[in-house]
Amino acid sequence: MVLLDALGIMLVIVIPTILAILLFAWWFRASNKAATYRPAWAYSGKLEALVWAIPALVILFLGGVAWTGAHDLDPARPIASPRRALEVEVVSLDWRWLFIYPDQHIATINRLVIPVGTPVNLRITSASVMNVFFVPRLSSEIYAMNGMVTQLNLLGSETGTFPGLSAQFSGDGFADMAFDTVVATPADFAAFVESAHAATSRLDAAEYRVLSKQSHERRVQVFGSVSDGLFEDIVSLRLPPGSGPSLAPVSDTTTGAH
Amino acid sequence: MLGRLTWQAIPWSEPIPLVAAGVVGLMLAGVIVWVFLKGYVPYLWKEWITSVDHKRIGVMYCLLALVMLLRGFSDAVMMRSQQALAFHGQGYLPPDHYDQVFSAHGTIMIFFVAMPFVTGLMNFVVPLQLGVRDVAFPTLNSVSFWLTAAAALLVNISLVVGEFARTGWLPYPPLSELQYSPDVGVDYYLWAIQISGAGTIMSGVNLVTTILKMRAPGMSYWRMPVFCWTALASNLLIVASFPILTAVTAMLLLDRYLDFHFFTNEMGGNPMMFVNLIWTWGHPEVYIHILPAFGIFSEVIATFSGKPLFGYRSMVMATMAICLLSFMVWLHHFFTMGAGADVNGFFGIMTMIIAVPTGVKVYNWLFTMYGGRVRFTVPMLWSIGFMVTFIVGGMTGVLMAVPPADFVLHNSLFLVAHFHNVIIGGVLFGAFAGYNYWFPKAFGFRLDETWGKRAFWLWLVGFYMAFMPLYVLGLLGMTRRMQHFDRPEWYPWVLVAAAGAGLITLGIGAQIIQFVVSIRRRAALQDTTGDPWDGRTLEWATASPPPAFNFAVMPNVKGEEPYWGMKSKARELAHLLTGEPTYEAISVPRNTATGVVTAFFAVFLGFAMIWRIYWLAGLGAVGIYAAFVAFAWRDRSEQEISAREVARLDRENRLARSDALAEGMPQ
Repeated sequence: MVLLDALGIMLVIVIPTILAILLFAWWFRASNKAATYRPAWAYSGKLEALVWAIPALVILFLGGVAWTGAHDLDPARPIASPRRALEVEVVSLDWRWLFIYPDQHIATINRLVIPVGTPVNLRITSASVMNVFFVPRLSSEIYAMNGMVTQLNLLGSETGTFPGLSAQFSGDGFADMAFDTVVATPADFAAFVESAHAATSRLDAAEYRVLSKQSHERRVQVFGSVSDGLFEDIVSLRLPPGSGPSLAPVSDTTTGAH
Repeated sequence: MLGRLTWQAIPWSEPIPLVAAGVVGLMLAGVIVWVFLKGYVPYLWKEWITSVDHKRIGVMYCLLALVMLLRGFSDAVMMRSQQALAFHGQGYLPPDHYDQVFSAHGTIMIFFVAMPFVTGLMNFVVPLQLGVRDVAFPTLNSVSFWLTAAAALLVNISLVVGEFARTGWLPYPPLSELQYSPDVGVDYYLWAIQISGAGTIMSGVNLVTTILKMRAPGMSYWRMPVFCWTALASNLLIVASFPILTAVTAMLLLDRYLDFHFFTNEMGGNPMMFVNLIWTWGHPEVYIHILPAFGIFSEVIATFSGKPLFGYRSMVMATMAICLLSFMVWLHHFFTMGAGADVNGFFGIMTMIIAVPTGVKVYNWLFTMYGGRVRFTVPMLWSIGFMVTFIVGGMTGVLMAVPPADFVLHNSLFLVAHFHNVIIGGVLFGAFAGYNYWFPKAFGFRLDETWGKRAFWLWLVGFYMAFMPLYVLGLLGMTRRMQHFDRPEWYPWVLVAAAGAGLITLGIGAQIIQFVVSIRRRAALQDTTGDPWDGRTLEWATASPPPAFNFAVMPNVKGEEPYWGMKSKARELAHLLTGEPTYEAISVPRNTATGVVTAFFAVFLGFAMIWRIYWLAGLGAVGIYAAFVAFAWRDRSEQEISAREVARLDRENRLARSDALAEGMPQ
């Protein structure tokens, strides 16, 4: 919506300007004897005032749009709703997405399931390099950075499956970082949580170390339980960042500290 | 002995770079052999390689840019074709190769095409427009150029020895740290940027000094052509911002070589600091490119409308406003890092404010055409194409300055479309306009119009076909730098974009043909008067190509558009240049090999550091230092051209110019 407002405001000026350029160039072509030649005309105070005023006015409007938009639609701003927000912790791995549901004590890889009509508060970090969390039809973009937490709030207003991806290049497996966001009915969401609990696999520090190794694997995984405070351990670097390429550089004389 | 360098550094298993490098290498070897056989070596060495003449250096800068444009464009074709083939598949470029291709494309186009092209045009034109004989520091100028060329060579070496960065053209840590990029790719990038950055800073200092301190008598600030103003603004930005780039790449080098922790995840490093620093250079950088292009359009539109530029002072104000504001907007490159609403709102508004002086410029060009006699020559076509295209690109830029809009467009193909819209539609179209406009000044004959127009239309249509689909793809949620994808709704647009790249290829082909045809028809296209376009500024007041000393007699400037003033007066009085001026001997700086020797050792220094061959790096550093010492101890720095020689060189042009003016309009 903001996009269209801003576009509308600008098109009012831009379209006439483009037409004027083409018109002036054509009418004042050297071969047109009907056009008057004013070889010395190079200044007009009124026109000068006008050419500064037009863009300034447009920007005045747009600046307002930008300021209010930046505040109203800030990704970190909680979405007003009578329902309590679902908390999800997101970790970008090389090259997968880990979603931890701290209240449900479950976790998934490459599939985010959320209930329809319920605000979702995502806390996002990275296991290694920078990524950007993005579900084009559902959310804003926000960076995932190691040692830091960014926040994103979203709300799925209709059920369906929405593709998500990383919007910040993160290495060779970047294009494989696609994941699905499923906006489910409350009943389906409850069923999803329940079935997840049935899974025997557990996400703990040891499992996380395996996950944080580079992998092009695109499979969806579900963990029936998650050790407490795992997300905080990742953010605070108590769990070390992902190790990067497994092949050590050939005859590297300057060993990294990592 | 050889650090990390082994036979494995050559990508034997990847035929594409090997074949490409082989073909380029053969062509290069062919050219070198041909030059040797024809006996051109002494000429090239004396007249070009060791030249400190700003015009020669300017031409070499532009030549470097054109050659690197071919390299950067090949990368673009590979990216477009890879994406066209990689729907539900892997295409033909594996990720580790594709990632190098887009990183090299961005790096080359920004640092080794756009930069040398605008620097070359500024180098060539500014002293002529100011009515002076050279830049402030001619030898430094040669060093600057050769360092840029050395860095370009390093980037190309990475094609066959080792690999280039796989991080994007701005290597964001931690991805670019040793832990995640252990190979030499990022080192190639960093050393190339260090070397070319040193060259750029020196050329910035040089041109700023030239414009501030060396103008013809009577050439006050308010009489300088707009191109000189934009060159001043651009070089002030270079001097202020390139040290930041040098510093930030040096910090990353320290991280990678000496285990520092400026930008690492651990030990208190902060990757976001890199992002902040690189963009405090990176945003001014786009204005370093575009401001001289604005200057070119101002000159071209005024000349071919047969009118002075509308609102000259307004134009200067707008230029300097952009120069200042460009330092206050860097955060808009990462609204999505969670800085918070107030910070985002502030930087969004600051970004939009830049659109005001830019908008003023567009209207001033518009009113310059108003009441004019517009001649649709090739430079003018590029200018009109620019005005229309740039407005679209500017609009999408302002759109992304609205933070919530950026929240869904950041790093998408919409962004890619936007900055190609302004860099191709602005900087490159400007460089092409300048190339066609000043070519006769540099070589004494015009470029062929027919092929020039064909090239323009192919480029224009090709550009829209290649990049308008990317706007759509961005709105459909496709991000940049994807090696493969499987979303069917993206596929048709990706194909259209690839076809657009094909059209641009034809446009480049037409430009090559234009160049060849023009050389073959140079007798018919000859510019005898030195003023082929009925120009308005001082560069048209001397012969084409100008003699080494530019002006036989220093011009005395009596107003804006000095050469137009002289011609108008001559037409009124119905005669020009009565009698001959008193010619005097002129001192010009002597040529020196300092630049090329420095660059020669810089290549070794860079290459050795990349491969950790420290003894060779030491040798390179000593070589560079020795070149400077040798230069500092030279006995004679200038040589004299006798008054008789000056008169001989000037007389013929003077007569041709007089005859042309006597007939009314110059040809």
